[in-house]
Amino acid sequence: MNLGSLRDVRIGFYVCHCGSNIAEKVDCTAVAQYIARLPGVIVSRDYKYMCSDPGQELIQQDIRKFELNRVVVASCSPLLHEPTFREAVAAAGLNRFFFQMVNIREHVSWVHTDRTAATAKARALARAAVQRVRHHQALEPLRAPIHPDTLVVGGGISGIHAALLLANSGRHVFLVEREPSIGGRMAQLDKTFPTLDCAACILTPKMSAVRNHPNITLWTYSEVEKVDGYVGNYTVTVRRKPRYVDEDLCVGCKECIEACVYKEGKFPDEFNVGLSLRKPVYMAFAQATPQVVVIDPERCLKLKTGKCKQTCLEACADRKAIDFTQQEQHTEIKVGNIIIATGFKTFDPHRIPQYRYGILPNVITSLELERMITASGPTAGEIRLRDGAHPKSVGFILCVGSRDSRHNRWCSRTCCMHSMKLAQLVREHTGAEVTIFYIDLRAPGKGYEEFLDRSLKMGIEFVRGRVAEVTDWAMTPEEEGKLVIRVEDTLAGFVRRIPLDLVVLAVGMEPHADAQDVRRLFNMSCGTEGWFLERHPKLAPVSTFTDGLFIAGCCQGPKDIPDSVAQAGAAAAEALSLIGRGYIEQEPNTAAVDATHCSGCKTCLPLCPYSAITFDETQHKAAVNPAICKGCGTCVAGCPSGSIDQNLFTDEEILAEITGLLASE
Amino acid sequence: MKFCYYPGCSLRGTGRAYEESLLAVFQVLGVELQELADWNCCGATAYMSVDEVMACTLTARNLALAARSGLHQMVAPCSACFLALNKTKHAIAESPLIAQRVDEALQRAGLTYENGIAVRHPLDVLVTDVGLEAIRQRVRRPLTGFKIAPYYGCQIVRPYSPFDDQDRPATMDRLLQALGAEVLRYPLKTKCCGGSLTGTMAEIGLRLSYLLLREAAKRGANVISTVCPLCQFNLEAYQDDMARLWEPVRMPVLHFTQLMGIAFGLEPRQLGLQRGIVSVKPLLARLQEVAI
Repeated sequence: MNLGSLRDVRIGFYVCHCGSNIAEKVDCTAVAQYIARLPGVIVSRDYKYMCSDPGQELIQQDIRKFELNRVVVASCSPLLHEPTFREAVAAAGLNRFFFQMVNIREHVSWVHTDRTAATAKARALARAAVQRVRHHQALEPLRAPIHPDTLVVGGGISGIHAALLLANSGRHVFLVEREPSIGGRMAQLDKTFPTLDCAACILTPKMSAVRNHPNITLWTYSEVEKVDGYVGNYTVTVRRKPRYVDEDLCVGCKECIEACVYKEGKFPDEFNVGLSLRKPVYMAFAQATPQVVVIDPERCLKLKTGKCKQTCLEACADRKAIDFTQQEQHTEIKVGNIIIATGFKTFDPHRIPQYRYGILPNVITSLELERMITASGPTAGEIRLRDGAHPKSVGFILCVGSRDSRHNRWCSRTCCMHSMKLAQLVREHTGAEVTIFYIDLRAPGKGYEEFLDRSLKMGIEFVRGRVAEVTDWAMTPEEEGKLVIRVEDTLAGFVRRIPLDLVVLAVGMEPHADAQDVRRLFNMSCGTEGWFLERHPKLAPVSTFTDGLFIAGCCQGPKDIPDSVAQAGAAAAEALSLIGRGYIEQEPNTAAVDATHCSGCKTCLPLCPYSAITFDETQHKAAVNPAICKGCGTCVAGCPSGSIDQNLFTDEEILAEITGLLASE
Repeated sequence: MKFCYYPGCSLRGTGRAYEESLLAVFQVLGVELQELADWNCCGATAYMSVDEVMACTLTARNLALAARSGLHQMVAPCSACFLALNKTKHAIAESPLIAQRVDEALQRAGLTYENGIAVRHPLDVLVTDVGLEAIRQRVRRPLTGFKIAPYYGCQIVRPYSPFDDQDRPATMDRLLQALGAEVLRYPLKTKCCGGSLTGTMAEIGLRLSYLLLREAAKRGANVISTVCPLCQFNLEAYQDDMARLWEPVRMPVLHFTQLMGIAFGLEPRQLGLQRGIVSVKPLLARLQEVAI
């Protein structure tokens, strides 16, 4: 339907109350009555929920009854419902681009307090849209095929779960992990709440499945370096760090580790959070996947100084897996979707000096205790103080770094349950007295409250109060040689001093130190706290503002294993939904050169950030390739002769919108 | 290097040894202190609690005088003065009402408040401006055998901590180490000494001071170093009363400037050491003269 003359436009205008979201600050009925008087407006209505089925039906009926050929809806952000209304308009037989949306929620009712002024602003914005929509042209969305492969970044439980779902559906997955092994934080855990099933027993089979899956390309010790393209057609460069060991030749026999010139481990072991020492050549942990050793270039004598007997080479012998000449590799892959599952880091308790972590040796973090309690850990499951003795009393301080305006304001969501789990294990393993210091106990998941009950029945003591300090300042004979926790017990109503052997700090979760770099690399948004931002907190919890880019697990915010797995599944399903459709529709907002007016000055060529403009030397004219054009509009503004125009942003449309906005009532 | 110098009342009373040693040490280091002419009471903590505007006006007069002196950095050795002066600066900067009332009052005395006066603690000046290396070079008798509990008290770190960590200050630790002393880990370094409670609710005040002394003794200290005249007085003057109430604790409590003076090889009388209540003779006996 293309209209011969602007005089033939028949506009339908609809203003949405959004329940009370808009109606509370904007007099919607008055806006509808005002717009009804504007030339070309055939029908103007207000309705409680325009996005609902009856709301959409209202528009469609009017299109048929009044032969409308333009539709304007004043409601929420186009990010939320522009696709909804375009679809509704198209279903009634109108070109979907004969539609214009006005945002009077985020831009008006949610940000203004004065109802009269807000209503006036809503009228002006609506008037501008009505003026603009007259000039809209019939367009068709651009279609591009979707590459069926997916990139998953991060090999923790979220990344592993998403990769396996995609691979099991027959799609190819690239799984990129920064560390030498996949497994992430979950691999460091002993048992998991609330069922106390062993983390390794449920995780390691999945790790092995990833390694052996024909549809998964697993790149550990690798990082994403560059991301180009858009949904369906991403080009990603992955940097594969040299591990100085050939992954295909190494069989994981660890004889090179035995043979290393360092007779004993000397460097803090990352996996055991420094509780044990490793050699320059090491396996990330016993169940590491892949079972391939890695050589630390910062520690290896051969790599650092060139001077070493290289006993590891002898040990490896004919396998020849060790390769000191290995170089960094940069591999380019093409994928249609990307799932980010980069996880979190734990809060550094040095930042709370009152708890004296790093000063008093028996103040440890929950992750350190977790490693100690694990049967395969550095103490083989024994809980010991730094002098080797067994603790008779253990205290857990919750919310270390969390729910604290001086540090992180958010709740880390897992520490209450995680500490209770550790407390139960400590009680079972050692019989020690256990006290948990909390400010609120949060146990809202399935089976979690029952787990809290179990903790109480096991005789674990709970003291409500934020701990003021941990000190070795003994005031009474019972306190001699112990750690003393000073806390205001807010249930008992007085300040207590509680002597303990071991103090465990339940450190909260934080975004990774380089989360901002990752955000920029993938063109995502972050909330103020630094967690990656979902497109909608309820309805698009794993989508981002970039199409084809999904987030799962703790990089989006603190969560436990069940929630991480659920998100990973959702992200995989979102990717599969796009892959299954086979193509994506793009906004036809591309620029085009009017060849009759183009003077061939070439001003536009260097302006285009996407190299979408070519120049025909024989005709002496520029041309925009719509398949590459991203619709940024830079060339349109830069063209001296005004001979480039952009779909959805023609000069007529923009000028009409401005005129409408500034017109007096 | 020249600073304006605000002694405050303590340094002319119970804290005379602080002033004597401070002036002697600064002279050795070639830092000139020019006493603020016609200075008045800082109001300490008491006046602030009674009438904030009047207290600020009283204190702001000193800052206005300092501005007129042309020296824009003022050294305030007493912790109470240091805090009251800084609190006044903050109050005037944050409250237009207080700023206006203070201005009006000062104008009547022909003075103008200027907010650019930096109020500095001598500890800060010594470590930041003079530097540990220059101090180390002046040491003639390293404080070998001195096991020092470094005690900062509350007022130079709370609520403002312009030059050190609020919970774990370390400036004095580093200074004393530069003098060759053994500085002990003392977790009570910023705990309350009892303040003026020793005068008003003696048993509570004494108990707080006693706990500080007992812990220092338990950790093997043979001297406590302080930055505040009131802390010094509370910790040293009531040791007999404490011995009657609890266990005996006997330990000299010195101003950090006195310890610097000892290390610089200055005469005991120059440092006011004879004014102390607990004898420092056993402590001084540990020193070895190092020929330089």
